[in-house]
Amino acid sequence: MKDTPLSNCERDFLLKAIEEKKRLDGRQTYDYRKMKITFGTDYGCCFVDLGKTRVMAQVSCELVAPKESRPNEGIMFFNIELSPMASPAFEQGRQSELSVKLNRQLERCLRNSKCIDTESLCVVSGEKVWQIRVDVHLLNHDGNLMDAASIAAITALCHFRRPDVGIQGDEVTVYSPEERDPIPLSIYHMPISVSFSFFQQGTYLLVDPCEREERVMDGLLMIAMNKHREICSIQSSGGIMLLKEQVMRCSKIASVKVSEITELLNKALVNDKKARKEGGRCGFAESLPQERITALKMEETSVEMTDATERAKDIVQKADARPQKVPSPVVPVPGVGQVGQGLQNTWGLEEDEDDEEEAEECDSGEEQEEAVTKMEEERHEKEASGEV
Amino acid sequence: MFSSLKERTGEVLLPGDEFSFEAEDTISLAGPVKPEKVVCGPGLRRSGDRLLVCKSGVLRHKQPNMFWVDSQQRRYVPAKGETVIGIVTVKSGDVFKVDFGGSEQASLSYLAFEGSTKRNRPNVQVGDLVFSQFLIANQDMEPELVCIDGSGRANGMGVIGGGGLLFTVSLGLVRRLLSPHSEVRSDLQQLFPCELVVGMNGRLWAKASTVQQTLIISNLLQSCDTMTAQQRRALFRRVAQGAL
Repeated sequence: MKDTPLSNCERDFLLKAIEEKKRLDGRQTYDYRKMKITFGTDYGCCFVDLGKTRVMAQVSCELVAPKESRPNEGIMFFNIELSPMASPAFEQGRQSELSVKLNRQLERCLRNSKCIDTESLCVVSGEKVWQIRVDVHLLNHDGNLMDAASIAAITALCHFRRPDVGIQGDEVTVYSPEERDPIPLSIYHMPISVSFSFFQQGTYLLVDPCEREERVMDGLLMIAMNKHREICSIQSSGGIMLLKEQVMRCSKIASVKVSEITELLNKALVNDKKARKEGGRCGFAESLPQERITALKMEETSVEMTDATERAKDIVQKADARPQKVPSPVVPVPGVGQVGQGLQNTWGLEEDEDDEEEAEECDSGEEQEEAVTKMEEERHEKEASGEV
Repeated sequence: MFSSLKERTGEVLLPGDEFSFEAEDTISLAGPVKPEKVVCGPGLRRSGDRLLVCKSGVLRHKQPNMFWVDSQQRRYVPAKGETVIGIVTVKSGDVFKVDFGGSEQASLSYLAFEGSTKRNRPNVQVGDLVFSQFLIANQDMEPELVCIDGSGRANGMGVIGGGGLLFTVSLGLVRRLLSPHSEVRSDLQQLFPCELVVGMNGRLWAKASTVQQTLIISNLLQSCDTMTAQQRRALFRRVAQGAL
């Protein structure tokens, strides 16, 4: 299905508003939208909400044979899926230009920057290494997919725990999560990408464009940086020409934004760790707020009561007289109370022995009536002592 | 059936609820009683001698005998006679293809504008907004739009001029804006002067004297969709005092 076309009046209005430094949702030029990071129940599952853009990342691992050129390094595999539920323009299965571009950018940002220690993923050199696979699914497209995807991927990698491996001589044992606690990946640094969109041939710039702004932009500059102010990847698309000062200014803005986002990320990881340690329920279903606008609440509601009074009277009339007093509880052994004798057993086996047992119970009951320990009904207790 | 429908106006109905003809207990001796006619609107469907509810929502009544179910949705299904805002996507020969948010694009002939002839073509470009009404809108045929009414006059329809902002809201809000004594509209009138074109496919075009005011109106309308009347009035009052 094709996406809604952009009308001329929308384009003109957006460009005019940007010239007056006004954005559609009232943000300032360098403001990010509200970001929310939540985790799923499994280790390595992370949801990132950037305004209305929603992205999910899942990390999984597997033991495979390593590449021949690098026998003692693990393998990292990245994949971004443009789900059709994100936008009507995305089709299932087809590799569109946007999907290729996003995949390439994410790989450059995370793999080429060597943020994960791949040598620690080696189990048996040349034979078995861990393959870490990061799948990023786009759930809703409201602009700036690259930033959301990179934040989700690196957060999921930080959150992930791989199974512990023990090596004894030639034997390799992979312990399940129940046997030994899974261990986290060793991550050197956290690269996060920041996107800048340019309008009117590079005159105006906006950080974190939403979907409408992306449609009217001339070009996009993506800078991936970590909090130590190291640039991991920088890419400019759209064919605009940028001045050196503009690129320097963007990198300074990016370093500020990356440190803010890294702080938020670490806080989210710490909160999740605390919640899991306390044994609280954590995960996707729990983190959804209960927004019930469809709960039915009425001040008064009519109830079908026409038959009620009659049926109640019928029941009362037909009911028998009150049942007689319950037999007083007896105490065969201290700590054990017995009310009544129970039913006659209907098995029909060993009748003689049962009769003898019952006679014994009656005797012991009478003897121990006086030696009454804690009972629930004091009324009965008084009666029992009264009888004796 | 009229009485049972009248009783339940204002209640929430679910698909599957039905209304059937009750057996008349009393025979009127005054004379032949005219059977009461009930006109079913959207959400109610007649099946044999029963009336079935096929959409969830609140049952509404309009004098003298019209009933319908007021439901909430964002996806527009074209209906004949409704005015919508469309975006021109293709200009091919004699016909424009217009996207209105439905499953397929509607066709709009160049002759369907006021004062247009074969020599005098209307000035419509790809990407323009047109305010038009449906001439043909059923599930079996391609929908067709026209910008003139039955007598050949534009009556407010046609290409929407430059400036202004297009945004989408839910269909329920659009119907509330277009109803005769709309509270939302009267609240909006007290803010600042603006031009507003309301399309029944959920698209609104707004234009005020400055960019800031236009942005305020679009954000207000998009957010007051799910607010109660009091919350909306409080929000509008805050804006009028210049808080936002």
